[in-house]
Amino acid sequence: MSVKITIGAINKKHGSSKEYKTGGWRTMCPEVDLEKCISCYKCYDYCPDAAIKKTEDGIEIDLDYCKGCGICGNECPVKAIIMVKEEK
Amino acid sequence: MTENEDLELFSPGHRACAGCGEGTAVRQILKIAGPNTVATICTGCLEVVSTGYPETAWEIPLIHAAFENSASVASGVEVALKELGKKEGVNVLAFGGDGGTFDIGFQALSGMMERGHDVTYVCLDNEAYMNTGIQRCSSTPYGASTTTSPSGKYSIGESRQKKPIAAICAAHGIPYTATASISHINDLKKKVKKAIEVDGPAFLHVFAPCPTGWRHGSDDTIEIARLAVETGVFVLWEAIDGDICDLNVTVKPKKRKPVEEYLKRQRRFGHLKEDEIAKIQAEVDKKCDKYGLPERG
Ligand SMILES: Cc1ncc(C[n+]2csc(CCOP(=O)(O)OP(=O)(O)O)c2C)c(N)n1
Ligand code: SF4
Ligand code: SF4
Ligand SMILES: [Mg+2]
Repeated sequence: MSVKITIGAINKKHGSSKEYKTGGWRTMCPEVDLEKCISCYKCYDYCPDAAIKKTEDGIEIDLDYCKGCGICGNECPVKAIIMVKEEK
Repeated sequence: MTENEDLELFSPGHRACAGCGEGTAVRQILKIAGPNTVATICTGCLEVVSTGYPETAWEIPLIHAAFENSASVASGVEVALKELGKKEGVNVLAFGGDGGTFDIGFQALSGMMERGHDVTYVCLDNEAYMNTGIQRCSSTPYGASTTTSPSGKYSIGESRQKKPIAAICAAHGIPYTATASISHINDLKKKVKKAIEVDGPAFLHVFAPCPTGWRHGSDDTIEIARLAVETGVFVLWEAIDGDICDLNVTVKPKKRKPVEEYLKRQRRFGHLKEDEIAKIQAEVDKKCDKYGLPERG
């Protein structure tokens, strides 16, 4: 890959890390049961990768970025998220 | 808490290991600081995982300083903004790892606090130099095995106690000092808000476990951070105007859990025998007494 370096290496592409999809790192994948979800947003708060979005009926996990760490499943007070083996 | 809380100013796609505590910490801190923030970072995992040129995870203006001078660069940013008449409503944050704060950046940080710059300095503490391969630091706790304090037949791992960095910063007489943990997000957010609101330097010592260096499961990061608080290993407090004799302990567990519950979850402590664990427990009990934390349950 050739990269053109700007003067002072100033990078104006704020948030451009999103171009790289970390979802491919996963070995375990979160599965959400929205029937159980109580919309406490603990999973959203603790996610190190901003991969969880708040929605009207709970949450949605962005598998483009989720690395499969499993923090959400561990922290969910009602066990609405379980980790299953990633299908490749 | 603020109108910015749903903004993600620390974007996904960053390359931190799965379950990295630094990701949670920075995301939450920026939610309170908001988009009118200029930040500096120094070398360490946070910089390496978030600024792989030509990409950046940051949605705010950011300057990458050298390993030792996040605080000096932030001091310069603050003075420049004031000179230009643009400081009003703008927050200046300086980030550093524990290596960049307790050890190599301490002189720059002490200068920043002594000169009274209106900067919030955030130390992300994972208790070793992680980015270069888990070397011990003055932040590494007694008994932890690292690559430069390995446990073995004649070694229990790190042989010295952790440096009380937040108390040392508070002793500079700065308007606001606090310790916080990624497990206690509301407490963390309140402290970020206070730190930003004071006029003058603030220091935040944020406990952020590292699954790679501490050798625990990537799903256990938050639970381990919580256990550190519940056992009294890491005490959450704040001090106003550097008054460490009258500090406010913000989270008091009703009953303290035994330190073993914290230690046994991490393989960096896996070699510790009963007598060593008892020694660590005795140190924690002594410290908790001082802070007025409850007896062990
Ligand atoms: C002056 C200098 N010395 C050493 C290094 C190599 N180095 C880069 S990152 C790092 C470790 C950073 O540790 P810490 O500040 O605790 O942050 P962490 O990676 O643990 O988040 C070291 C030693 C450097 N970049 N510059
Ligand atoms: S932690 Fe569990 S209950 Fe709370 S929002 Fe997430 S999935 Fe729903
Ligand atoms: S080594 Fe530790 S601190 Fe560094 S990115 Fe990985 S989990 Fe985070
Ligand atoms: Mg470190």
